[in-house]
Amino acid sequence: MSARLETEVLVVGGGLVGCATALALARRRTPCILVERDRCGAHASGVNYGGVRRQGRALAELPLANRARRLWGRLERLVGHDSEFRATGHLRLARDAAELAELERWAREARRFDVRCELLGPAELAARWPWLGPGFAGGSFCPDDGQANPRLTTPLFARAAREQGARILEGRGVIAVERSSRGFRVAIEGGPEIEARVLVNGAGAWGPAVAALSGEAFPAEVIAPNMLVSEPLPYRIVPNLGMVGSGVYLRQIPSGSVIFGGGRGVADPLTRRSRPLTITSLATLAEARRIVPDLARATILRTWSGIEGRMPDDLPVIGPSPRVPGLFHAFGFSGHGFMLAPAVGAVLAELILDGHSATSLAGLEPGRFATGALVAA
Amino acid sequence: MSAEPPILVVGAGPAGMAAAATLAEAGLRPMVLDKAPSPGGQGWRAPNPAASAPLASFDSDGAEPARERFLELARRGRIDWYPGTTVIDVTRDRLWALGPSGEVDSTTWSRLVLCPGAIERILPLPGWTPPGVYTLGGAQTALKAQACAVGRRVAFVGTGPLLWLAAAQHVACGVEVAVVADTARLGDGLAAAPALLADRDRLRLGLRCTRILRRAGVPVLRGVRAAAIVGEQRVEAVRIATNRSERTFACDAVATSFGLVPQLQLLDLLDVPIRFEPEGGSWFAETDPDGRTPVRGVHLAGDAARVRGAAAAALAGELTALALLEDLGRPVDTARLARLRRERHRHARFARALARAFPFPAALEDAIADDTIVCRCEGITARVLREAVRAFEVGEVNRAKALTRCGMGRCQGRFCGPTMARLVARARGVDLDAVGRLRSQPPVEPLPARARLAEAEPVA
Repeated sequence: MSARLETEVLVVGGGLVGCATALALARRRTPCILVERDRCGAHASGVNYGGVRRQGRALAELPLANRARRLWGRLERLVGHDSEFRATGHLRLARDAAELAELERWAREARRFDVRCELLGPAELAARWPWLGPGFAGGSFCPDDGQANPRLTTPLFARAAREQGARILEGRGVIAVERSSRGFRVAIEGGPEIEARVLVNGAGAWGPAVAALSGEAFPAEVIAPNMLVSEPLPYRIVPNLGMVGSGVYLRQIPSGSVIFGGGRGVADPLTRRSRPLTITSLATLAEARRIVPDLARATILRTWSGIEGRMPDDLPVIGPSPRVPGLFHAFGFSGHGFMLAPAVGAVLAELILDGHSATSLAGLEPGRFATGALVAA
Repeated sequence: MSAEPPILVVGAGPAGMAAAATLAEAGLRPMVLDKAPSPGGQGWRAPNPAASAPLASFDSDGAEPARERFLELARRGRIDWYPGTTVIDVTRDRLWALGPSGEVDSTTWSRLVLCPGAIERILPLPGWTPPGVYTLGGAQTALKAQACAVGRRVAFVGTGPLLWLAAAQHVACGVEVAVVADTARLGDGLAAAPALLADRDRLRLGLRCTRILRRAGVPVLRGVRAAAIVGEQRVEAVRIATNRSERTFACDAVATSFGLVPQLQLLDLLDVPIRFEPEGGSWFAETDPDGRTPVRGVHLAGDAARVRGAAAAALAGELTALALLEDLGRPVDTARLARLRRERHRHARFARALARAFPFPAALEDAIADDTIVCRCEGITARVLREAVRAFEVGEVNRAKALTRCGMGRCQGRFCGPTMARLVARARGVDLDAVGRLRSQPPVEPLPARARLAEAEPVA
């Protein structure tokens, strides 16, 4: 057995949340080790859609999303490289009067959080984005929203965290967690044993499993987004597009590829494998052709999926554990965590080091699910 | 249609035709899905009538009878043949294909016989991206199926028996051949010569090709150490260096190939184990000698299993079909099995000898200059790949793809994947198998976004 490592904070999970937390801690000179079972960004953080939007989010997420948006704006300075974040705007479309009313309601409420969007009627939609298909009741355009490249973002955060002094151990999963006089003693695959004062659970789809190691139960399920990408087409679809309610979302990158998401693939958290489904991809294409008829000319080159954790209320679990002192959770982002993650890291670092954060997590606390503890094995 | 899901054969090349015919003659009714409008695959493609006369003498004796046998069984309804049908996805219980009408349909399956064949091993030569550079198979398809040449004066650069065959076929059709430049040395061929006697017919065909080229006065270079394509807007010449000389040959097209590698995407989607074999320098699906994969009901035959050429593929198709019949509890002629297995050994010996006679020129790939484009779909240079390996400590090809976009274009890494793997391995200082291979994702072939789900009930 190799020697024991001691650190201040042990972060479990090398997704964007974990890497952003490690970076925020390292920037404040806090000794920090991150363990990742696969590679940083190997799962949902690396293969998601790449949306960076506040529009349409639950209001409880908006304080965090606002902070995240500020971080996205200076991400290149933060991590030392372009993550391909562009504030292209996000256009959310309504198919009928009820959906239009939902757009109006959201725009009204979001104003309290300083999020501005422009409400547009069918004629304005057609004039501004002539490539849109007919039949929309209206849309809402949030100019400050945008998109980024998820394949780059997490590796960039991991690299920056390392450069700032965080230690990142890839290919090491957590086997066991026990309380110790100092805080936690954690056994990882291939050793060494790690002793830490604080434990951060940023394990994504496996967040509930990591929580269970400390005796906490969370009612999460696993979801697999179903993503597609096309061969390059002339660059026209500048804004990131989404629909009211669930549905197809799509964006085009300047080099021409169109990225589509919608519906579900299949995932198995035990084998850590996920797979898109052709039947879902065909349904996505049919819907995408209604949104942008010209997309019928596209050619799909690849589809893919990933594994994400989803909570019953579709909101993430972020903050200190209600039962285990020194344990912080940040998982269950329910398919929309990519945009939030840089701020999640910053807020967790403040909670750990200062005991409080100016950014409200109201409605996202782990305590809302703390109905019962697991019986210790 | 019976309630039992059908036996599916994917591909109607030499292996697929033989497998389907063997199953049909045993009283089963296999469903055959093939991308091409007519059977034959790449190796045994039916020639265009306009080119059939000069090409006939190159055709293997087996090709036409195999096509006739297959077509006759299809005419009599004993093979359910779906030409123009491209398989795009497969799971353990369902297969998805894009039909000629542009609709996507699916079917369940009880057994799968996969015969997707091989794809060319390409090496990014300096200057290989302007118009006029074709894969050898592309040039051969133009000649055989469309009865036209990819240029007026074509240079053949690469290695392998098909390089010589395709060049000779072009000469026979009256196309000027600028040069045949093979990285294999004469010594490689001579060392392998005794073992090449394992297949006298193919050895004879090979010798005949060299004779045709000599008679036509085609310059022939062996032991090529470097090759570059000259021309900004389109191909103007190739520059070929050997130990003794460096010469430039004017041409308006280049046909290039450095051998063949199995197409493994469908096997990958089914989670058939795929292993690296240092001897072949490539990845192969795990099968038993009779084509059974470890995944229940999934069988494999032809060049997708082992690259041994059309005749060996036909034999493997038959053998795989017999193994499948055995698994179904059907009576199988043991003498026939024994004869096929003996023949298979002979083909394997010949294939190993060919691999020695035409080794893959790894040194050329290691020498790829930083500014050479590796992934032409996305325009990714060797420099970008090497820098990503250094900057992000990349030790795995899927990671290299995610960070650089290499392999994300139309070919989905089928062509650039092996080169990317070698560059990553070298930059990282590890063996080829350590960097893995690109994961396969559906669709296996590009899918038009206008594709619709077939309205009618699925076939099965």
